[in-house]
Order: sequence, then structure tokens, then C-alpha cells
Amino acid sequence: MALLVDKHRPRSLDQLSYHKDLSERLRSLAQSGDFPHLLVYGPSGAGKKTRIVATLKELYGPGVEKIKIDSRVFQTTSNRKLEFNIVASVYHLEITPSDVGNYDRVVVQDLLKEVAQTQQVDQSAKQRFKVVVINEADHLTRDAQAALRRTMEKYSPNLRLILLANSTANIIAPIRSRTLLVRVAAPTEDEICDVLARSGKKEGWPLAKELNMRIAKESGRNLRRALLMYEAVHAQNEKVTDSTPIPPPDWEALISQIAKEIMEEHSPARILQVRAKLYDLLTHCIPPTTILKTLTFKLIPMIDDALKADVIKWAAFYEHRIRMGTKVIFHLEAFVAKFMRILEEYLMSMDF
Amino acid sequence: MAGFFDIKARKEAAANGTSSKAPATKDTTRLQPWVEKYRPKSLNDVTAQDHTITVLQRTLQSSNLPHMLFYGPPGTGKTSTVLALAKELYGPELIKSRVLELNASDERGISIVREKVKDFARMQLSNPSAEYRAKYPCPPYKIIILDEADSMTQDAQSALRRTMETYSKITRFCLICNYVTRIIDPLASRCSKFRFKSLDQGNAKKRVEEIAENEGVKLEDGAADALIRCSEGDLRKAITFLQSAARLVGAVKPKEDEDAMDLDDTKPVTVKSVEDIAGVIPEKTIEGLVKAMQPRSKGLVYEAVAKVVTDMVADGWSATQVVTQLYQSIIYNEAIPDIQKNKITLIFSETDKRLVDGSDEHLTVLDLALRISNVLAGA
Repeated sequence: MALLVDKHRPRSLDQLSYHKDLSERLRSLAQSGDFPHLLVYGPSGAGKKTRIVATLKELYGPGVEKIKIDSRVFQTTSNRKLEFNIVASVYHLEITPSDVGNYDRVVVQDLLKEVAQTQQVDQSAKQRFKVVVINEADHLTRDAQAALRRTMEKYSPNLRLILLANSTANIIAPIRSRTLLVRVAAPTEDEICDVLARSGKKEGWPLAKELNMRIAKESGRNLRRALLMYEAVHAQNEKVTDSTPIPPPDWEALISQIAKEIMEEHSPARILQVRAKLYDLLTHCIPPTTILKTLTFKLIPMIDDALKADVIKWAAFYEHRIRMGTKVIFHLEAFVAKFMRILEEYLMSMDF
Repeated sequence: MAGFFDIKARKEAAANGTSSKAPATKDTTRLQPWVEKYRPKSLNDVTAQDHTITVLQRTLQSSNLPHMLFYGPPGTGKTSTVLALAKELYGPELIKSRVLELNASDERGISIVREKVKDFARMQLSNPSAEYRAKYPCPPYKIIILDEADSMTQDAQSALRRTMETYSKITRFCLICNYVTRIIDPLASRCSKFRFKSLDQGNAKKRVEEIAENEGVKLEDGAADALIRCSEGDLRKAITFLQSAARLVGAVKPKEDEDAMDLDDTKPVTVKSVEDIAGVIPEKTIEGLVKAMQPRSKGLVYEAVAKVVTDMVADGWSATQVVTQLYQSIIYNEAIPDIQKNKITLIFSETDKRLVDGSDEHLTVLDLALRISNVLAGA
């Protein structure tokens, strides 16, 4: 049984329910014959991938949906062997080069050139070029991006790239100037409600308007998350009404608990307790940035207005440190300690 | 002897290659991005780099060419210039055997420099026929183009040093890069440097309008200016934008519309569609953020700013774009005293660094906005 997210995923551009003009634009691009390289960016859960798959279908017809997974082995210059998974149909390839970390350059160089130098085999294909979809393009190293530059121009008759990214900040300027930027904004809360209502109807679940509104709000305009929450609520409760509570994910519950503990007591002993919980989160593969961000936004409503700007400042500071440093726990703890200190200082000065 | 035959065979292959490929390329020109289609074919076509072009054209007459280092921001015509030069020097047949182009998509570690580059540099020259020579100058040296040379490792660069000198009789190097500082000094001092400056408004505009006319795209008043403004002197970006905008307005054009016949039905490219494609954030959104940052009692500032920033992030505006546009709107705001601007620029510099390092956009932009509002409040 598939999850709602997959089961009700729109398959063609017509079925997409929001950003109509964007869908229209993609369709006209797909039909015009000279499809450009695309750089699709937007927050997660906004429907980037869905849109791209639908566009590919528009380009090539239903053949793109027959996909197979290949495993390829690449060899680096230092003779290390890399295993790499490729999702491919006859017409397109989908790769996530950041899987192989620093060696993504090798993959980009070898694979793209190989694809680019061969022509489309199927003579009856609608387009002469193949499409390579690169996931998580913002995690590509500089080297890999540099390797893309000339490839994009030189082999443009045979190859089109679609880069998917969360932000364009890490994409180097030469790539940005070679691609058409497509921004996919997150759906608004109303649009999410609309989608929820529609998939509920397909499943035969009774409509609970208030609940849908609350889910949309909780999800932070992330449609995938909203759908998953919606399904979770329905899976856990026999009868769903407007007032059914939405169960938060475990990790979020744990972070709220941490936030509460930090607020209660400001002492080294408490830091030690918090550390254990932070480790717990980290071992469950919650990304440190998410931990820090969620923690910050949980703490913010609890503190005095005068401190908010300061706390955000330090959160951003330590988030940057996490990015640059190697051991994340140091910086997470440093943030906790810093927060306690700021708060304590503030409370002390109040006393006078 | 073997080498001689080899070259002849290669030349033949090259000739065959070009002749058999010619119809194919004609077929695909329609599918080509305009950036490729309108790449300058000769040195005269290169826009707005007068100084460099004059120097290079003189070298066309005399048969001497120095090692060259082209540098400048993206989209100013570096690669185009050297390709055009090579074409004019050697013509379509000889270019295959006389020019080696390596770019960042090729493996360019030290081993390649030692083997491939050295082998090519060492190779003796083939002699073109007399009639061919009448058409093209065919100077007695080969050219090795190292595109995107700033992404070469230091080791690979230093391996080039001696190679460049040893084979300078029959080989010229042309290095192309964005940042001249990433090229090691010994290499830079062996080349004559050409700086490609950002295209000025007039030239870029002329070129864009020329292409629009060729393609039968109508531009609204000011659309060309918007294109140039959004692309910041990067002509390639401007042309990409133009092409996308043209597709956008010609949404329902039938497939065989290339000819000038249906020109009258197509709608003009508007300023708005250009800005849309370029990912420019609407003035109103930025204004909203600036307004939210205005000083008032502390708690209110946070609530207001946090709301605007959250919406911005959810709408997917890229943080770099937010930073750039916010910077513009604050720096050119006369109402803010200079001393505050000083402090604000410091914050901008730090934010930019963080974004480049890959920090979380939401937190970083929020921090930026809150700190600026702090400065504005005079703290």
C-alpha cells in the first residue's frame, strides 16, 4: 500500500492544482522544441520534483514513467571504486551526485559526457535530446559545477540538464547564467487545505475542515509534510473530528522537551542532561541544522521580546559554525550554553 | 612516415567529419539555445571588447601570437573570442588538428598535463595545402585552450610552467579564467593578459536587440533595458533570459513558426515577464521587509520581521537575491545616515559569507533583517 503522497501524486501538468501559470509556462517550454537547461529551486515539499516529472512526461510521453534502477561503478583517479545509483528511463536519467560526496566531479564528468556523446537511440522519440535530472544540485561541489559548465554548452544538441535545488545560493554564477531559473514557491495554506480535502475525498474519509486548517498551519507550507500528517492522523484515530489532536513527530516532541528543560534551569548540570538528548537526536540522523532551527523557533515564543533578536543572532552564528566545523555537538551545546547565559544575564539585570 | 600518414588520415577524417556533419547541424540549429546560435563567428562579431580585439586582429596579420590569459566575469565573451580567433586562424579543416580545447569537464589533473598536453604540444605541425593557406593564415603553431583554468589544481598549473616554455616554438597556450588570482604567478607572468570587462549597457543592449530582431521577437519599451539590468553585464544571461521570455509569450505558437510570417501575431516581451524569469523579487516584497525593519518597540519588530521573512522563504525567493536587493534598497536610501550604513554593510558582508558557506537561509536572512533593524534603531 502506497502512501498518500505517492498514491495521489499528480502525473501530468494538467493535474497540478496550484501555480497554474508556472505549469502553463513549463508546458509551452516543453512544446516549443528548444527546451532550455533548467534550474528549479524552491523550499522542500513545494512540488519541484512532481512538476519536473510531469514536464518530462509532456516532453516525451508516457515512456518516461517506465523507469529502472541501474548501479554503475566509477573509478576515481586514485583508483577508488565508487558505486552509484542511476534512475533511468529510455529518455532520461536521474542522478544524485551528492551521494558520493567529494567524488561527485568524477560522476558528473564521466556520466554526463557518456550520455552527451551518444544520440537518442529511439528514432521515433519526440525529442532529439536526453534529459539528465540532477537532484540536490546545491550540494554539488565547486569542482563538479565547474565541470558542468562547458558540457552544458558543448553538448547542447544531445543533452539537457534539469537541476533541482533548495536554494540558488550555492550554485556558481556561470551555471546560473546558463540555465533558466524556475522558482517553485510553497503552496499557501488554503491550497494545502484544498489538496487535503481532495485526497481525503478520494480515500473516502470524512471532511474535517478545522483539522485540515490546523494541519496546513502546522506543516509550515510543506505539502508533503501536510499529507503525511494527514495520513498519520487518520491512521491513528478511528474517527476523525475537527478537534482531533495532530501527533507531532517524535523528534519534534523531544526538541520541545529540550526547550522546556533549557528554560527551567540554567546550570551546567542541565547542559549535561540536554547533551544526552541532543546526542539521541543526532544518532537518529536528524540533521543538526534542523535541530538548531527547530529548537530556536521553539524557544523564541517563551522568552522576552527584548532577547529575541539576540537569540536569532547567535542561532545564525552557531548554525554557520555547524556548517563549517566538523563536530556538530560542540556547536549545538555552545548554543544551549549561550542561550542560558543570555537569559540568565537578562533575568539578573531585571532584579536590580 | 607513420606520423605523416596518420596526420593525413586524420585530416581526411576531419574533412569528412565536417562535410557529413554540416546538414545535421543545420537541422539542429533551431533546437539550439540562442547563446550557441549567436556565438560570434569571427573576431569582428565580438561585442564591446575593442582593445582585446584590436590586439588580436593585429596578430592575425603578423604571424606571431603570445601566450594568452583571458580573464573576466562570466558572459563577457572570453571563450567566444578564442574560438573565433582559432577559426579565423586555421579555418574549418585545420582547426581539428591544430587546436586542443580542455575545460573543467575534462580530467585535468597533473597526469593529464604531463601526458595529453605535453603530447599535443610536442606534435609536429602538418602542412596545409597552398590554396588552403591562401584562404586562412595558418600560422606555424598550435593552440592549446585551457578553459576555466581557475579550477585547475596548483600542481597541474605548475606542471605547465616548463611545458609552456619548452614547446613555445610550435605551441601557444591560451588560459581562460574568471579569477586571475587563482592562476599561479609563474603562469600569469608567461602570458600576456587580456581583461574582459563587463559589457556596458549600450553594447549589450544593441546585441540583444539585434538577436531579438533576427528571431522575430518583439520587445516592449524598456524590456531590453530590463534584460540588461537583470543580467548585470552578463550577455549570456541576457540572451538566455531573452530566449526564455520569448518562449513564454509565444506560448501557443505552432512548431514551424521560425519564419517572419506570423510575426504580427506574437505578443511583445514585457518588462514583467523578464523580471519574472530573472527571479527578481517584486519591489513590494522588499519594501514590505524594509518597512518591517523600521524601528518601533522591540517585540513588534521581531514579530513583523519574522512574518515577512518566513513568507519570503516559503515563496522560495533565493536568499542571495534577497540580500542583493535589500542591499540596493538600503544603500541608496538617503534617509539612513552614513554611519549606520557603515555598520549595515559589515552585516551584509558577514551574511553573504554565511550564505556562500551554505548556512540555513531562513535563520541567516532573519538574523540579517533583525540586526539591520537594530542598527536602524540606533543601538
